[in-house]
Amino acid sequence: MGKTLFDKVWDSHVINKIDNGPDILFIDRHFIHEVTSPVAFVGLKSRNLKVLFPNKTFATADHNTPTINQHLPIKDVLSAQQVKTLEKNCAKHGIDFWGLGHKMNGIVHVIGPENGITQPGLTIVCGDSHTSTHGAFGAIAFGIGTSEVEMVLSCQSIMQQKPKKMRITIDGKLNSCVTPKDVAIYIISKLSSSGATGYFVEYSGDVFKSMTMEGRMTVCNLSIEMGARGGMIAPDKKTFEYLNGKEFSPKDEKWDSAIESWRNLKSDPNSVFDKEISFNANEIEPMITYGTNPGMAIPISKEIPYFNDSGSKSSFSKSLEYMNFKEGEVMLGRKIDYVFLGSCTNGRIEDFRSFASLIKGKRKAENIDAWLVPGSLKVLKSIKDEGILEILINSGFKLREPGCSACLAMNDDKIPAGKYAVSTTNRNFEGRQGPGARTILASPLVAAASAITGKITDPREII
Amino acid sequence: MAYDKFNIINSSAIPLNMDNVDTDQIIPARYLKAIERKGFGDNLFRDWRYDSNNEMIKDFSFNNKNYSGKILVAGKNFGCGSSREHAVWAIYDYGFRAVVSSFFADIFKNNCLNIGVLPVQISESFLSELFNEIEKDNDSLFEINLPNQSISIMSNGQSESFNISNYKKENMINGFDDIDYLVDRKEDIITFANKISR
Repeated sequence: MGKTLFDKVWDSHVINKIDNGPDILFIDRHFIHEVTSPVAFVGLKSRNLKVLFPNKTFATADHNTPTINQHLPIKDVLSAQQVKTLEKNCAKHGIDFWGLGHKMNGIVHVIGPENGITQPGLTIVCGDSHTSTHGAFGAIAFGIGTSEVEMVLSCQSIMQQKPKKMRITIDGKLNSCVTPKDVAIYIISKLSSSGATGYFVEYSGDVFKSMTMEGRMTVCNLSIEMGARGGMIAPDKKTFEYLNGKEFSPKDEKWDSAIESWRNLKSDPNSVFDKEISFNANEIEPMITYGTNPGMAIPISKEIPYFNDSGSKSSFSKSLEYMNFKEGEVMLGRKIDYVFLGSCTNGRIEDFRSFASLIKGKRKAENIDAWLVPGSLKVLKSIKDEGILEILINSGFKLREPGCSACLAMNDDKIPAGKYAVSTTNRNFEGRQGPGARTILASPLVAAASAITGKITDPREII
Repeated sequence: MAYDKFNIINSSAIPLNMDNVDTDQIIPARYLKAIERKGFGDNLFRDWRYDSNNEMIKDFSFNNKNYSGKILVAGKNFGCGSSREHAVWAIYDYGFRAVVSSFFADIFKNNCLNIGVLPVQISESFLSELFNEIEKDNDSLFEINLPNQSISIMSNGQSESFNISNYKKENMINGFDDIDYLVDRKEDIITFANKISR
């Protein structure tokens, strides 16, 4: 029997297997940030342990940092202390730290790929569930807890039960204005927010083959939103082109031999998955969420569904009550208050290109507060270099500085209670974007269309 | 030696009969700014326990004085979303030693096992029994027996078994954790690292 892509990468990283227990898995790359690492370093200190391989860990500040005036000291005392603590811990243990203003700074899942740290065939972890993003390169990448961060710092490995394998295949061609975000939200709406729990997903088929690397990252990023530990896509020519010449990518003869081995990273034709699911590309429309988990999503032109016995009625009702929506209502045309473009899901250059393509020559609606937050300083630089900033400014938008920002609202970027935000992020949980905030997840195109009209708007009506 | 040993607990339970409870509800992101593992219990389910004026929300089960105990009984897909271990720290700090549900999110479950909170996964039907029992009698006692891998309703003797790997079970019973285990095998890890030299 052949091996799946997932098996190939996983099996080559197993140091040891424990009977009726987990595998000891070697970790190639480890990302840390200010929020989930401090207690791990406290643990190292109390056990008198050192960081085993400091050059395999990379640190950034992103989760609770401000997105304006980053050249000034961080005002929030606790945030400042957390970032300072990370800086000190990194200095003490010899770990590269890319703090605010450092040219490599940005959201952890944006900077890994854009600097070539993320590569095919690697195992990559971070104390953040959206680590699944890096699977777009054919790596096994998943989020871990702080105890596991301590394991990776001290022993460069973690203990994990090997998950089951699922393949999601989508063939055909996507309709106009249907983006990778819509594809991912569509899948989650079909599988539910727990439909892939216990699985690692491989995405295959025409749709993912023809996606850009940025698009593949968006899809893999959202794997966790259906419960999967991670998602991955077999590397191909596009992957290699993306990585060629990046700061941490292999160089010269090492590059050639890397490509040679990366070419084997695909599921063998006779390999077997625990679960296979397939969809048709032409069934997918621009998507939007109406509830308080990413599985509560519908095509933008459709009505909010009636409760249908899957799950508990009280959870469904509580969700709609929180959003102040009703069963059977149409979402299109509803007035909104905020638009947020950014996050590890949709904060890459392609997302800003997509947003700019739609708003070009139009004006932001008066009733909309728009927060546009690039995923990294490199993304910010590209926005300027490509003339996108000018388009944004001419249409009445402003650009902020990089960070996770209103995706999880740890910093000052909080959507006020009761307000509606069309957001390109990953979670519409209660209070996620601020206490009482109401989040509607959508693609950068839907966000752009809605920012122009001030209402939930189908981008196909604007283009 | 990393955390308290877990053997058998006998306790009443607090119910949270809701599906898809995510870790942003268990502990909102704005309470994740600490640099030490201290005091997270105060903010457990913060926005469900208190309203925007910091007034207690009366009909939330945690604010009902009739409910207490070391066991949290929750609806399916508990702990989905963010990987924040702070969620489990908050649950532990509040006083819980076990969480019972018909389905757990993966990362949350790992985090529980890594700090010594026992995730007990049971059938949907037995979960309904537990909710019914708590509703009938707030003080009803439940026994979670880790060596036997069973959970029982003491009043009527109904019981169900649950799964846990031998490795994790031994760890919980002895209060060991994965870091202890890995540190003891550091030489193997270094040998492996040299072999693959990435």
